[in-house]
Amino acid sequence: MDNIKTIKDPVLSIKNLFVSYDKGKYAVNDVSADIKRNSVTAIMGPSGCGKSTLLRAVNRMHELYETIETKGSIDLNGKDIFKMPAIQLRRMTGMVFQRPNPFPTMSIYDNVIAGYKLNGIHLKRSKRDEIVERSLRDVTLWDEVKDGLYKKGTFLSGGQQQRLCIARALAFGPEVILLDEPTSALDPVATSKIEDLMVSLKENYTILMVTHNMSQAARISDYSMFMYLGELVEYGKTKDMFTRPKDRRTEEYLTGKFG
Amino acid sequence: MMSNSDNKSIQSQVSRRKRKDQFYHGLMIGLSVITILPVILIIFKLVVEGIGQISLEFLVQTPPDSFEAMSATAAGERIPGGIANGITGTLLMVSVASAMAIPVGILTGIYLYENPKKFLAGLTRNVSDILQGVPSIVLGLIAYLWVVKHITNGFSALAGSVSLAIMMLPMIVRSTEETLKMIPVSIKEAALALGVPYYKVLLRVLIPTGFSGLLTGILLGISRILGETAPLLLTALGSSRINLDITEPVSAIPLLIWEFYNDPNMVDLIWSSSLLLMALVLFLNVTSKQIAKRKK
Repeated sequence: MDNIKTIKDPVLSIKNLFVSYDKGKYAVNDVSADIKRNSVTAIMGPSGCGKSTLLRAVNRMHELYETIETKGSIDLNGKDIFKMPAIQLRRMTGMVFQRPNPFPTMSIYDNVIAGYKLNGIHLKRSKRDEIVERSLRDVTLWDEVKDGLYKKGTFLSGGQQQRLCIARALAFGPEVILLDEPTSALDPVATSKIEDLMVSLKENYTILMVTHNMSQAARISDYSMFMYLGELVEYGKTKDMFTRPKDRRTEEYLTGKFG
Repeated sequence: MMSNSDNKSIQSQVSRRKRKDQFYHGLMIGLSVITILPVILIIFKLVVEGIGQISLEFLVQTPPDSFEAMSATAAGERIPGGIANGITGTLLMVSVASAMAIPVGILTGIYLYENPKKFLAGLTRNVSDILQGVPSIVLGLIAYLWVVKHITNGFSALAGSVSLAIMMLPMIVRSTEETLKMIPVSIKEAALALGVPYYKVLLRVLIPTGFSGLLTGILLGISRILGETAPLLLTALGSSRINLDITEPVSAIPLLIWEFYNDPNMVDLIWSSSLLLMALVLFLNVTSKQIAKRKK
């Protein structure tokens, strides 16, 4: 098996991407990879290897911080993301963070619809209701919250809050969902719910997920990337990588020699 | 095995510790009481001396002249009139000062939060700390030079408001910055990741999330300027009638207290005016504490 750096009709196509926090020090160092449509791709690697940095380059989150420099190109459906307005790009990419972060002043309903509401997109009541119900059903939260949609989102449990945040990211119908260690703050039961959810979501979305947890990557991802010191060491089908890693560093990481 | 004498010495040690413990416990309670006692005594004294004057008339009429007050006192009656000119003057100046200081303070606070390391931000932070320590009479002098001499060409409510606004500004700047800093960065990032333009993230996510903190800062700022007297002596001057024109001299509750103090016939009015002022300040403080508590 080869490193699948180029595939046909990718959702995302990352080419020679460099990201530096400090001048000359690259947290992401010359990474190139295509991401397959309707699949779960996991980015693995030890702490500080640049996996979150890579993920956050995709929706140009780095632009919030002046000192971060990004070089290289990322295409989303064949269009250069650095040439489109950041706002448009971010509406096409949903992001889910490490810790659940529903907007504390908003109800569950408003949190789901926040993408529309905050962007000033006015929808008919019936259309809004429909989007909220569909998004909450997609994340299997609907039955748990349908009687209390106007309660604050922060009253939910951690796992429910994280599913709410995923619903918020889905409501806009993004092309790609970016998840940054979405289960690292959750208990095992909530984690397994989120994992099941990701497997079911790939029917309609492409999922790119950073994970610290190798067994999670093995359970739910179709493709895996292994990053080390900012470089993309190995990228391939998850099954192949876990059974026959090509690079010695990947093997050592997967067998727990470091991490 | 423990001998009898060992046992005794341990017992005496324990009882000595217990006595020490009790002593410090008592000392702590005593010192706490000493700390809160002045406030209780002040409120007690104000209520006892001032409550007799408080009535509807006190709130809607202007002060009597010295002769009226003297004859009422001589006859053992309640002093007629009230401090309506002071109440309206204080409300006018505090409102104008708030209208100036709140937007500027909040925007500056947001700037400091967004650019914590910029040179200008550091400078602003230091200057605002210094501003907080500037004696209020100096701010009065500055407002006198700027406004009284050059803008309104005479003592005015506007000049008073400017000096109060400068006093209030640093409190609002710092409380805005501190409040925003407490909001997790990921809340801001979540909103930006939804493709929300930055100004909307600020207006619709960050400010509502920190709203109670901002409000607390504003209320404390207002309660701070409510009782200021020194700068008003140089700017608003005082007025015996109700005035709502900001280019004219105006009275204020603390200014009236100062005037009453200078007139031996008006002593009773000092107490009632102070009581009203104290009640307003207490109300604002308690309200802001309640808001801060609800936030947690």
